[in-house]
Amino acid sequence: MTVTPLGIPRRLLEFTLDGESVRAPEGSTILDACRAAGKDVPTLCEGDTLRPKNACRVCVVEVEGARTLVPACSREAEPGMRVRTGTERARHSRKVVLELLASSVDLSTTPGAARWIKEYEAKPDRFGPDAARVEEEPRIDNELYVRDYGKCILCYKCVDACGDQWQNSFAISVAGRGFDARIAVEHDAALTDSACVYCGNCIEVCPTGALSFKSEFDMRAAGTWNEAAQTGTTTVCAYCGVGCNLTLHVQDNEIVKVTSPHDNPVTHGNLCIKGRFGYQHVQNRD
Amino acid sequence: MDLRFGDSKPTDDERAAVDGLLGPPGSSWEGADRSDADLRWARGGRAARDRRDLLLPGLHAINDRIGWISEGALDYLCRRLTVPPAEAYGVATFYALFSVRPRPATVLHVCTDLACAAAGAGGLCAGAEERLGPGSGVSVQRSPCLGLCERAPAALAVKAGDPVRTAVAAPATVRDAVLAASAPDSAPEEPSAAAAVPQCGDPSLTLLRRVGVVDPASLDDYRAHGGYTALRRAFALGPAGVIREVTDSGLAGRGGAAFPTGRKWQATAAQPDRPHYLVCNADESEPGTFKDRVLMEGDPYALVEAMTVAAYATGAHKGYLYLRGEYPRAQRRLEHALAQARARGFLGEDVLGTGYAFDIEIRRGAGAYICGEETALFNSIEGYRGEPRSKPPFPVEKGLFGKPTVENNVETLVNVLPILTMGAPAYAAIGTGASTGPKLFCVSGSVARPGVYELPFGATLGELLELAGVRAGLRAVLLGGAAGGFVRADELDIPLTFEGTREAGTTLGSGVVMAFDGTVPLPRLLLRIAEFFRDESCGQCVPCRVGTVRQEEALHRIAERSGAAAAGDVALLREVGRTMRDASICGLGQTAWNAVESAIDRLGAYE
Amino acid sequence: MRKRQPKNYTRLTHPLVRDARDEPFRRASWEEALTRAAEGLARNRGAFGMFSCARATNEMNYVAQKFARVVMGTNNVDSCNRTCHAPSVAGLSAAFGSGGGTSSYEEIEDTDVIVMWGSNARFAHPIFFQHVLKGIRNGARMYAVDPRRTSTAEWAESWMGLNVGTDIPMAHAIGREIIHAGLANEAFIARATSGFAEYKALVEPWTLSLAEKVTGVPAAAVRQLAHAYARAERAQLCWTLGITEHHNGTDNVRALINLSLLTGHVGRWGSGLQPLRGQNNVQGGGDMGAIPNRLPGFQDLLDPGIRLKFESAWDTVIVPHYGLNLTEMFEAMEDGGLRAVYCIGENPAQSEADSEQAVRRMGELDFLVVQDIFLTRTAELADVVLPATAGWAETEGTTTNSERRVQRVRRAVTPPGEAREDIDILCDLAGRLGHDWKYADSEAVWNELRSVSPDHYGMTYDRLEEHQGIQWPCPSTDGLEPTYLHGRLWESDPERRGAPAPFGLVQHDPPVDLTDEHYPVRLTTGRRLDSYNTGVQSGSFASPLRRGEYVEISPEDAERYGVVVGEQVQVTSRRGAVVAPVWVDTALRPGLAFMTMHFPDEVDTNQLTIEANCPIAGTAEFKASAIRIEKLPVATIVR
Repeated sequence: MTVTPLGIPRRLLEFTLDGESVRAPEGSTILDACRAAGKDVPTLCEGDTLRPKNACRVCVVEVEGARTLVPACSREAEPGMRVRTGTERARHSRKVVLELLASSVDLSTTPGAARWIKEYEAKPDRFGPDAARVEEEPRIDNELYVRDYGKCILCYKCVDACGDQWQNSFAISVAGRGFDARIAVEHDAALTDSACVYCGNCIEVCPTGALSFKSEFDMRAAGTWNEAAQTGTTTVCAYCGVGCNLTLHVQDNEIVKVTSPHDNPVTHGNLCIKGRFGYQHVQNRD
Repeated sequence: MDLRFGDSKPTDDERAAVDGLLGPPGSSWEGADRSDADLRWARGGRAARDRRDLLLPGLHAINDRIGWISEGALDYLCRRLTVPPAEAYGVATFYALFSVRPRPATVLHVCTDLACAAAGAGGLCAGAEERLGPGSGVSVQRSPCLGLCERAPAALAVKAGDPVRTAVAAPATVRDAVLAASAPDSAPEEPSAAAAVPQCGDPSLTLLRRVGVVDPASLDDYRAHGGYTALRRAFALGPAGVIREVTDSGLAGRGGAAFPTGRKWQATAAQPDRPHYLVCNADESEPGTFKDRVLMEGDPYALVEAMTVAAYATGAHKGYLYLRGEYPRAQRRLEHALAQARARGFLGEDVLGTGYAFDIEIRRGAGAYICGEETALFNSIEGYRGEPRSKPPFPVEKGLFGKPTVENNVETLVNVLPILTMGAPAYAAIGTGASTGPKLFCVSGSVARPGVYELPFGATLGELLELAGVRAGLRAVLLGGAAGGFVRADELDIPLTFEGTREAGTTLGSGVVMAFDGTVPLPRLLLRIAEFFRDESCGQCVPCRVGTVRQEEALHRIAERSGAAAAGDVALLREVGRTMRDASICGLGQTAWNAVESAIDRLGAYE
Repeated sequence: MRKRQPKNYTRLTHPLVRDARDEPFRRASWEEALTRAAEGLARNRGAFGMFSCARATNEMNYVAQKFARVVMGTNNVDSCNRTCHAPSVAGLSAAFGSGGGTSSYEEIEDTDVIVMWGSNARFAHPIFFQHVLKGIRNGARMYAVDPRRTSTAEWAESWMGLNVGTDIPMAHAIGREIIHAGLANEAFIARATSGFAEYKALVEPWTLSLAEKVTGVPAAAVRQLAHAYARAERAQLCWTLGITEHHNGTDNVRALINLSLLTGHVGRWGSGLQPLRGQNNVQGGGDMGAIPNRLPGFQDLLDPGIRLKFESAWDTVIVPHYGLNLTEMFEAMEDGGLRAVYCIGENPAQSEADSEQAVRRMGELDFLVVQDIFLTRTAELADVVLPATAGWAETEGTTTNSERRVQRVRRAVTPPGEAREDIDILCDLAGRLGHDWKYADSEAVWNELRSVSPDHYGMTYDRLEEHQGIQWPCPSTDGLEPTYLHGRLWESDPERRGAPAPFGLVQHDPPVDLTDEHYPVRLTTGRRLDSYNTGVQSGSFASPLRRGEYVEISPEDAERYGVVVGEQVQVTSRRGAVVAPVWVDTALRPGLAFMTMHFPDEVDTNQLTIEANCPIAGTAEFKASAIRIEKLPVATIVR
């Protein structure tokens, strides 16, 4: 009989990280090793439930012998590799990448952005007042979520989550090219004319707040959104027998948004429309 | 897949265009009429999803027939291929040759790139636009380099229909361009490829030996001029023997990166994963480059033979020839050559009766410089947006369709023929120790005899320019194209080798040698280069997507400035440029600042 | 397009009572309401039934069944699992002695062949389907058996559009083909099964061509599935209500299980049987004993030893015979055998097949107490209505999912008004009826359950938290069992192998509600992606996908009846008639129509369905009604 495959134990490899010898399981990325060693390497497009896309390039590090910098999020550690994370060269690229991003899109709801901009002494204003920006109005074409592409850094995470990595609905893709590239449904139509099934798994992975729950968007607009006053409680969805874990974010005894733990064996952070949005009935209190 | 389709239906012509490529639909689920059998049993799954690579040919089929891609046509194509419409839309909008909005059936592409701009493309474009206004049935589009630099300024007319018609006007007057666009069938025939080879007929030529000499349509004439002796030799040597010859010849890739070809072949051949693929990169898009076009138009069988040798050596049975979408004549010549080769047993199940199976499929690009990047090219063939992949893994391990793939450009491949016919030692004796063999150069700009030149590695820049008849008042030479760098008029003793240019702090790139006199101000050239990179950035990574925009903006600001007034922006350019070079995913971003940097450092621009 | 919201319910915030059924409700204090409830129940002792809730926690279900058994002295306790998956439980336990799905979600990512039979998991179980998609992306081939070409079926290598209610002919033909092709797993059959010879004889008449005639599916397609399933090294067989909601649902389940026994696709990593549960705690409700024939831990009530264990734990005497299931309880209302019902969190007035009949029967009860978060149609029939908390967001506890994973449910929001937790209310009532139960919290209930259920013993709250849920069986607090069940069948030691799994000798029996010239169309039912059951929960959010209730028909039928999308038509079955707008769906073939029960206040689909019940499990044949569709004299188009 077949036994439960526990997987072949991964071999360890040894390489040098900022002058110190470290061991990591084969297949680990440089970023994995950095995190294990407690090093703070900024990331934006990296997602814990997605394959690395390495599009933002804010995690670049220097690898001895490499012509260019390498993205820590996707480059696998190799035996004997000599990696340096804090060199002037790497920090320079991170700084300029932050400047390029912050000068072209609105990073105000991107967790970490302000801190990194300060840490790297990035000056997004240096490109002048006429620097091209991604000028997009928030798209509110349904009652469940809002797409504000003025905040989009084109990290592809929503496309990957909607596509073959999780949802397989393929409602969105990157359309156009270069600076004019945008996340779009076919023919750039409204979401309601697309293959979207409103699972919200794109919002779950969006690192900038470009995609948000309408509840959050409205509360932010009204100035009532207050994360400090929110609790997050993980429970089990009541809509079918699959048993998806929901984290209910509650402010003033109202559920304001629903997420799912990314390490959950049932959901891996994904939900369907019912689990993600079907909570209103419990708070129809009067 | 549970795809969602809108209500738009294809027109009969659109349906015919797609069915012409794919054949009629197999069931109602694919778009045929509903039958009882369909409502009881539907097959799909993996086989249906595996046809994704026909997306780009399908988009071409629609665009060729109709001139643009409507919602109904895109949906129908997606239904036939089981491709999500959103993804197909993302692919269609990636390529400059496609339009997802209605436009006239005829598009006149007017090159406004470096060589053509220097030859008056601005006036040509303005004139054509004036004559071909709304209602003319022609849309005029400014185009990056069309690869016709020896005949600048150039225009390419494409008239959609069944079949699609094309006409080239180069060198073009407004009148020529308008004629080509309004009546492509009656436009004068293009000059033969030989016209692009000033050395034509010179017996010392190796790579260009047959161009202008053989009938490019005749397999027999090709064989009468030594064709297919290299393949015979390859079969005699066996795959390992061929790789040894190529390795010993010192052949290095001619696409710009100069990677040793033998090593690449060996690495691919050694991969246990199957199948192996061969890809010929004929997406010649570097501004100022047109040698591959001349080779394919003038000696197409040489490429077919060379690909067969390469595939045999690396264990591939399927080759893809990814051809630039703007090269209609090369496409016709190659399609003919492939058909002839198949008919005569030089391709197919049993090549030359040896039992070795190999065939070649042409895939057309659709207007994206980035697809010349090897992994972007794979994505393009596979039916995805032509965005580069991150490396490692390298193509020799995971290339096309995730399988071991050897990718070479046209010039590299045709070098394999003389290596096998003359033997590695004799070949290696040509050129210098580190740069062996003959090299093709695309000379354009301020010279009397622009064209493709073949010289052994080691000739100096001055010797080449003299051969081409450099005009008086030379101010600067751009080596390697937009991704290359400028050198000064007093640096003509630079040896044209990989190592020589590297020592001189510049690059050979793809062999572009573009001579400029003082008629075009340097800042304008630099702006055009910056505009080119901004247009052609795929947008995947931040340094390139935003960096190329910031570079262009800064160059705009200082177009009329110098000295202290420009210093701040020059410093900014350096910082952004350094980041593009260090942190971009692929060569496009990494080289997007090369030319500007060289102009500042070498030519003293903005001082 | 028409954007319709179903009836929007408001939370109950205080108890409601009334003195007579024709009076309106009036607000009452808890004291009054509970006193009335206690009186109503006390006077009907011996004619009582408990409708427990498949959406509430394990802890609540445990207390509810204990209430029925200890306080009311009856085994008449059941829940809406009867309307969906009771046949799965009955079929699986008949074959393997245990009613749970045999494998876990992760295994489906790691298998070679996946069969989705009567399951549109893409809509009904979207996150389970993500695991299926992982499997497909990892190289598995998926086959779909479903009358409609659903979103799920569109992912299949091969979709087989069989006639509604011909699952057994299809399964038997597959079995016969496997045997005749020499693909049966003889080693497994010999070692771990019984009744193979009889099974072989039973399926022998079901040739591929006969199957084609009966099911409508080409013989080549049936053969392809047979070979794919049998030749796979690992295979998963998944089903949902397309199998169970038939008058012979348990037989259908047995017919599918037979295929796994024939090929050895059970009891191994990656090979198994997976019924997909429709509600968050259908599995747990049964596990907790909220069913008429099992005590907590799915332990057989007829086993005197087990009864004794519970009797001493609960200090009571347990009636030594099975109670009535939900269907039988409804029948008993008719003859007066059941006079009082305590209905917790269920809405049978709208979810039962032939809903008119269900309402009439409940109207004849002497006493009905309904405990819910909304004033549902069922609550509107009650004498006393008790406002409860929402299990999943307002209480602490656990639920058990389709892969037998027990997971923690937590209180995230404070319940409105005077609403109280189910367990709290039950204990209060038990106290008034002479049983002083003290549970400090849900964990105390859970620990009592653990002490009587070996399969749950190892699952402390701390461990459930640590492992993000644990799958049963979990007999030890020290280790975890394999994620699949019945590995014992592969043991070489007969002792450890245990009882062999019997082949189910089941016969084809076509749907009760036959189509004829008066009712020529086969109506089948199901779920949509964004809605749920009777819409009480799902109706409150603004789904852009929701378009209200339609009768979905094929393009050919739309043409035949001369109707267009949005046009109102009369839909009539032998039991009732409704008016519904038309939707045209290419996934349907001529003669096949589809409706949901998500919008009962708009179109009461269950007026059409037939209450033809599975004699073993009691589940009704929601999936096969005969209807006719008539164009209205004056065309009304809703858009």
